Amino acid sequence: MKKYFEVSTKTIVAIGLGAAIFMLLFMFVKVPSPVPETSFQTAYGLSALFATLFGPIAGGLIAFIGHALSDAIQYGSPWWSWVIASGVAGFIFGFAYKNTKVDEGEFKGKDILRFNIIQVIGNVIAWLIVAPLLDIIIYAEPVNLVFTQGAIAALMNSISAGVIGTLLLLAYAATRTKKGSLTKK
Amino acid sequence: MKIKLFSYNVIDTPIHRLSGLTKLACFLLLTFAVMFSYDIRFILFVMLFSFIILKVSKIKFSQIKLMIIYVLIFLITNAILTFLFEPEYGVSIYGTRHEVLRIFGRYNLTQEQLLYQTTKVLKYASVIPLGIIFLLTTNPSEFAASLNGVGIPYKVAYAVSLTLRYFPDIQRDYQNISQAQQARGLEMSKKAKFGSRFKNALLIIIPLIFSTLDRIESISNAMDLRGFGKLKKRTWYSKKKIETGDYVAIGLSVLIFAMSILISIFINGSRFFNPFI
Amino acid sequence: MRQKPIIEFIDYSFQYFSQAEPTLEDINLKIYPGEKILIVGPSGSGKSTLGHCINGLIPFAYEGEIKGTLKIKDLIAKEQDIFLLSKIVGTVLQDSDGQFVGLTVGEDIAFALENDNVNIHKMHDTVRKVAEMVDMDKLLKSSPFELSGGQKQRTSLAGVMVDDVDVLLFDEPLANLDPATGKTAIEIIDDIHKRTNKTVLIIEHRLEDVLHRDVDRIIVIADGRIIADMTPDELVSSSILFENGIREPLYITALKYAGINVHKDMHPSHLDTLKMDTVIQPLTSWYKRIEKPQKQDEKPNILKVENLTFSYDGKRNILDDVTFDIYEGDMISIVGKNGAGKSTLAKVLCGFENQDLGNIYYYSENIKDKSIKERAEIIGLVMQNPNQMISKSLIYDEIALGLRLRNVPEEEIKERVEKVLEVCGLSPFIDWPISALSYGQKKRVTIASILVLEPKIIILDEPTAGQDYHHYTEIMKFLEKINKMGVTIIMITHDMHLMLEYTPRAIVLLDGKVIADTKASIVLTDTDLVSKANLKETSLYYLAEKAKIEDGTLFVQRFIDYEKGVRETNED
Ligand SMILES: Nc1ncnc2c1ncn2[C@@H]1O[C@H](COP(=O)(O)OP(=O)(O)OP(=O)(O)O)[C@@H](O)[C@H]1O
Ligand SMILES: Nc1ncnc2c1ncn2[C@@H]1O[C@H](COP(=O)(O)OP(=O)(O)OP(=O)(O)O)[C@@H](O)[C@H]1O
Ligand SMILES: [Mg+2]
Ligand SMILES: [Mg+2]
Repeated sequence: MKKYFEVSTKTIVAIGLGAAIFMLLFMFVKVPSPVPETSFQTAYGLSALFATLFGPIAGGLIAFIGHALSDAIQYGSPWWSWVIASGVAGFIFGFAYKNTKVDEGEFKGKDILRFNIIQVIGNVIAWLIVAPLLDIIIYAEPVNLVFTQGAIAALMNSISAGVIGTLLLLAYAATRTKKGSLTKK
Repeated sequence: MKIKLFSYNVIDTPIHRLSGLTKLACFLLLTFAVMFSYDIRFILFVMLFSFIILKVSKIKFSQIKLMIIYVLIFLITNAILTFLFEPEYGVSIYGTRHEVLRIFGRYNLTQEQLLYQTTKVLKYASVIPLGIIFLLTTNPSEFAASLNGVGIPYKVAYAVSLTLRYFPDIQRDYQNISQAQQARGLEMSKKAKFGSRFKNALLIIIPLIFSTLDRIESISNAMDLRGFGKLKKRTWYSKKKIETGDYVAIGLSVLIFAMSILISIFINGSRFFNPFI
Repeated sequence: MRQKPIIEFIDYSFQYFSQAEPTLEDINLKIYPGEKILIVGPSGSGKSTLGHCINGLIPFAYEGEIKGTLKIKDLIAKEQDIFLLSKIVGTVLQDSDGQFVGLTVGEDIAFALENDNVNIHKMHDTVRKVAEMVDMDKLLKSSPFELSGGQKQRTSLAGVMVDDVDVLLFDEPLANLDPATGKTAIEIIDDIHKRTNKTVLIIEHRLEDVLHRDVDRIIVIADGRIIADMTPDELVSSSILFENGIREPLYITALKYAGINVHKDMHPSHLDTLKMDTVIQPLTSWYKRIEKPQKQDEKPNILKVENLTFSYDGKRNILDDVTFDIYEGDMISIVGKNGAGKSTLAKVLCGFENQDLGNIYYYSENIKDKSIKERAEIIGLVMQNPNQMISKSLIYDEIALGLRLRNVPEEEIKERVEKVLEVCGLSPFIDWPISALSYGQKKRVTIASILVLEPKIIILDEPTAGQDYHHYTEIMKFLEKINKMGVTIIMITHDMHLMLEYTPRAIVLLDGKVIADTKASIVLTDTDLVSKANLKETSLYYLAEKAKIEDGTLFVQRFIDYEKGVRETNED
């Protein structure tokens, strides 16, 4: 049976390649939102998909590594508080791993709801609690500011993970149909 | 969107000669030292130190121009937002109030706010050269070995190495897929409506992810067949030997790190340097 | 009597967890130390599965039910872990980019040693020694993007040799290699076999290419069962290859066309050993009998490429002053070694990249300022990897995508899609999810999705790579059909057979320059050209030489004409 914290070679490879896609999306594939100067990060949809397919460790590390390396390339140094928050969100998304049977081709009403509840919880914890607290502890940022930023991030990232993640999982489940039941002609 | 991962260039400087492990350890020590301290004198000192190292490692301005622009934008936005949200934050930290300029309503500039915000900007800014030095002087091959060296489990370190190995491949795939979709009539420009942008992004992401999922399977088979994960430990082909220079560098970094803590405890009595009392 | 077998299957069956029926059935097979064995069979017959059983991926990475026994070096395979087996069996997988996990050649070769926690000095020594064996010792610091396909293959080989394994298993080592590099790969494998006396197993579709060097036995798998286990001479003279959709060596086909009864005593597995006494006379008279097809009329120029020059980085020209004409209704090949600039040329023609110099004319219109989308109505590109093009889960939606993006009314879409599905032979699958299709069928879906946009010209990048002969023929027949309907077809390929059989004309690229633009039969018989562009001379040419037929090129051309005639009669 599936275990949450088992790390096989496949998990490691999924982390490595998942983080590479995460970086690419994080830096180049943002969907601009109607609110000026903000955008939806498609990368969080990706970490939600990989977390659901490979578990919390993969989800967490993909976002952590991907975010840290993208920051390093763009700014010269990772922004630790947000990098860690990304990782936490990815980790929590991974709790959908055991609860959905998407790799058997099942992803319907109830599964979609469950995935989205988990995903929203993850985003709220990461962006409304972890990121602001770390900002205060590490950088002594003003409390008001960090919680406002956190609330916006939680909202935006829930929408990206929700919309992109759900659509990706639906597409993935569709590729899985009929397998196993397929017999040779 | 052509980005080279680390624009690591092979030149011979004392910094390039250090082992990756040393550089990672120093980077972490110094970063944590400046993150911890809110003493502007100490931060200026570390900044000066890192600029000297930047010079020694012969990094050219053209290599880091883009990063500097990104960082400046970030710093300016952050400074404005901080002032808008908490114009009195400095006052609450330092416990005194020396007004400089009256603007309007609650927005008055104080010496305390100025010191707090200047310290913060410098603090952010001083981390950047450290990161840049690490990135531009470390051979990517050595990176995973170094992570393992500072205590990260080797499997996770190897995952990072795989990220570096396959990022260029994935970048090229992305380009191919996006061109193929455009040829079929996909509108990539800003002209597309908001709702359809999500959809368009998916038309590219889906093939990218699904072909990557296939690849994950074949790579993990290849690694299993060559004994990955067999033992509790593994060695690294590209790990450099630790030499005298490495000890010197680590010693120096530990010293600076200790300074940060000691100054806070014994001189300032807190993380903040307070000249107002 | 010989030694004990190193690999022994006894009444062995395997069924994948998700399959309804066993993939391997009743396998009984003994392989002795030092043997060199080739495994062939149609796609999906279970060759890779057999390989997985030997190297331990089954049951380590793939779940399923095993019946019977498999012994490797007297050990019961399913009771061992994959790490122990990996010390006995070294596997080189088909996908060289998947197998190349290191950031540099040196690291990749060292991978198995690193995992064994070998001391770093010893590791560097071993790596250097093994790299010398495969001639890669000067490139230890190169990264995978700087290497050619053949160099990557060498690296993979070195990567398994560091372990001093007893058995080397190659799963399709030749896929994606240009013909000359493929030939070298077979030579390297053979040299290592001779020098170290390891047991070598090769799984490969390209029978003739593997037979370039001797093998001891060939095993044919069809539908999960071993249906033949014989010497190469016996196999190529039997009808087994033909019956199972495996391509026989081209010179054998020529002999059969000439009405010669190929027999194992003629040693037909290799041209050098082939006994010619009973061959020369019938072959020569057959060759003289073949009629020339009528001359075709001149056709207008559909695409004119003039002095095209392009570089990605502004430094190195990937295309250098490329000039050629394509005529309406042409079916031509673009060939050349790995990295010659073939795919880049296709991208520039489609507007994915813009040329630095030169012009492209469609009839007489310069298409320089047309966008990707506008050019797509003239020139459609089918990329090599279908997975990079497919973004929908249903066949219908995938093919309709381009039309929907162009806001074509839904009724018209339905009409056009159904027509294309019919042409491509995909109508029976209209409601299937794409994931249930085979690779070859997926490839046809991508062709259909381009065809539905009704371009005048289609470019296909490696249309047949990794396909077995059956699917290959299916795809090529289909392309011939749409070509007859008036679509001009340009194919980028490493498959010399394809070029010979289906495209009368070929353009040869070398370092971004056109070095030949002529008949396929001439390209493949010009020794100088062949070696410059990393191609491979066709065995037909040597056959002609051995039969003392003076004009080898004409012999090859006549073979092509005859073959075409055979195809046309088969179709009716
Ligand atoms: N992991 C798997 N799970 C279920 N079925 C599988 C799996 N791998 C392969 N099969 C099935 O087993 C059969 C044999 O596959 P295999 O890969 O061994 O064929 P092959 O002879 O190597 O073909 P090719 O020449 O195309 O590589 C196929 O029908 C395939 O669908
Ligand atoms: N997107 C790119 N950016 C930079 N360089 C590239 C890019 N694509 C290809 N190249 C380089 O251009 C050269 C020609 O590549 P191209 O893919 O056109 O070769 P090819 O003839 O199709 O080779 P193959 O037979 O291996 O497919 C190679 O040296 C390659 O490294
Ligand atoms: Mg196979
Ligand atoms: Mg190519």
